[in-house]
Amino acid sequence: MALEKSDVEKIAHLARLHIDAAEAQEVANRISSILNLIDQMQSVETTNVAPLAHPFDAVQRLRPDVVTERNEREYLQKIAPAVQDGLYLVPKVIE
Amino acid sequence: MSRRTVAELSRSLARGEFSSTELTRDYLSRIKQFNGVYNAYITVTEELALAQAGAADQRRARGEYGPLTGIPIAHKDIFCMQDVRTTCASKMLSNFIAPYNATVVERLNAAGTVTLGKTNMDEFAMGSSNETSFFGAVRNPWDPERVPGGSSGGSAAAVAADLCAMATGTDTGGSIRQPAAFCGITGFKPSYGRISRWGMIAFASSLDQAGPISKSAEDAALMMNAIAGPDIKDSTCVDLAAPDYMATLNDSLQGLRIGVPRQHLAEGLGAEVESALQAALKVFENLGATIQEVDLPNSHLSVPAYYVIAPAEASANLSRFDGVRYGYRCADPVNLEDMYKRSRNEGFGSEVKRRIMIGTYALSAGFYDAYYIKAQQIRRLIKQDFDNAFKEVDVIIGPTTPHTAFKLGEKNSDPVTMYLEDIYTIAVNLAGLPGMSIPAGSHQGLPIGIQLVGKDFDEARLLNVAHQYQQNTDWHLQGPEV
Repeated sequence: MALEKSDVEKIAHLARLHIDAAEAQEVANRISSILNLIDQMQSVETTNVAPLAHPFDAVQRLRPDVVTERNEREYLQKIAPAVQDGLYLVPKVIE
Repeated sequence: MSRRTVAELSRSLARGEFSSTELTRDYLSRIKQFNGVYNAYITVTEELALAQAGAADQRRARGEYGPLTGIPIAHKDIFCMQDVRTTCASKMLSNFIAPYNATVVERLNAAGTVTLGKTNMDEFAMGSSNETSFFGAVRNPWDPERVPGGSSGGSAAAVAADLCAMATGTDTGGSIRQPAAFCGITGFKPSYGRISRWGMIAFASSLDQAGPISKSAEDAALMMNAIAGPDIKDSTCVDLAAPDYMATLNDSLQGLRIGVPRQHLAEGLGAEVESALQAALKVFENLGATIQEVDLPNSHLSVPAYYVIAPAEASANLSRFDGVRYGYRCADPVNLEDMYKRSRNEGFGSEVKRRIMIGTYALSAGFYDAYYIKAQQIRRLIKQDFDNAFKEVDVIIGPTTPHTAFKLGEKNSDPVTMYLEDIYTIAVNLAGLPGMSIPAGSHQGLPIGIQLVGKDFDEARLLNVAHQYQQNTDWHLQGPEV
């Protein structure tokens, strides 16, 4: 399956990636080549095969619902790009 | 002191031939001398290493020690280490100081190991040549013009060049086994869920698994004894007590049934790898094993299915890198969306972006069934192939890679060419099975690896089979001239 530049722009938006217009065709070509590889799957009949999401068909193990972590807000926010008064700063969202 | 196994170093430390501090200084000076050539380390933690070595020597003096006390190791830079830069070889995390330890790091610390540093890798573990690292390619100690394999290429090169006694790695589609094969060392990927993924930066969560990269199967067993077993912090880590992996290393291979996948002997396999494999099978026959061919009829579908499942999971996992809480943020964002998009575009390399986009596409409305569900159905067929094969045999042995290490730049023209490098290893991750690569030959001065695959959670058997091979051959003792 061959992707167009416009497909790449749409996927990039869904993935919140900015792709430079100059690169879009090259990206489309490379992704198309990967999709050709992936399309080999379509030659196999899988109608009654149950999808395998976990190698041992296991389900999520649960733990008791009790608090085990301490509040370490200051320590964890030391690595943030921008913080003020214990809050993460981002560009203005609401006018 | 150089190029000795962990088991040998451990005996020397116990006999007092040298201290951990002396051993650590020796490794640090080797790193200073050779890392410029191989680029195996992203970060060297000299102060921490010397402090840990001093503490190990004190514990030993008090008689409190185990087999790994004072052994200098390295961690792949995908494992979080508290207060140490943890980059995943990405610009996105190039200044990330992890606020906690991965369980693997925690357990090896508790076992008394000394951490020399963090090793180079493909960015976010996405690659088979270690060329996608933001910190530059790693070079193969057997031939610096060639790649060490990937993604755990830094760990493999560091062990091969003896810039650490052993190292941790991770394996999502072959990232421990393929670099081990290219660098002539032992690489071990346990069953999915055998080792906690807590603090191991996620790539594809249903496939990722940590494991040892070492000079011998015995050393791998020593590390496994320290890191395997349940962890409350990782709900996918199985609640199954790990056995003592050292206890069964010397079991006899008399009557062992070995299966060789017919499909892995077909076209595409290099003649030099095939002849090394056949020679290794002879060794196993002489040790009392029987050899038969087995069928893995869907193995050719493992690479296509993997390149849906792994990117789909990666696209979800890597959505956390948004420039808000940690990691890279672009300069002067005009609004929130611009900040997300430019931070991610500037922070990720092109292979990582490609995989995020493939995954996003496969999971998007209208394509989910054709790609994601289809790939999971094929994943079950692949698992069933192994289940059927293991009704007849105890272990499966075949090639790890189609050929020996390739040259830097040789496979970069098209991503698919690189993806097909992992043709023999990927199915093992899809099926969640334990697998390992051990050195079993050499061609034009480059090492050749063979792959051993075991039943679910039968790691002890694989280590036993590999150890018996290594007791009767010396490929694992050979190292490059550095």
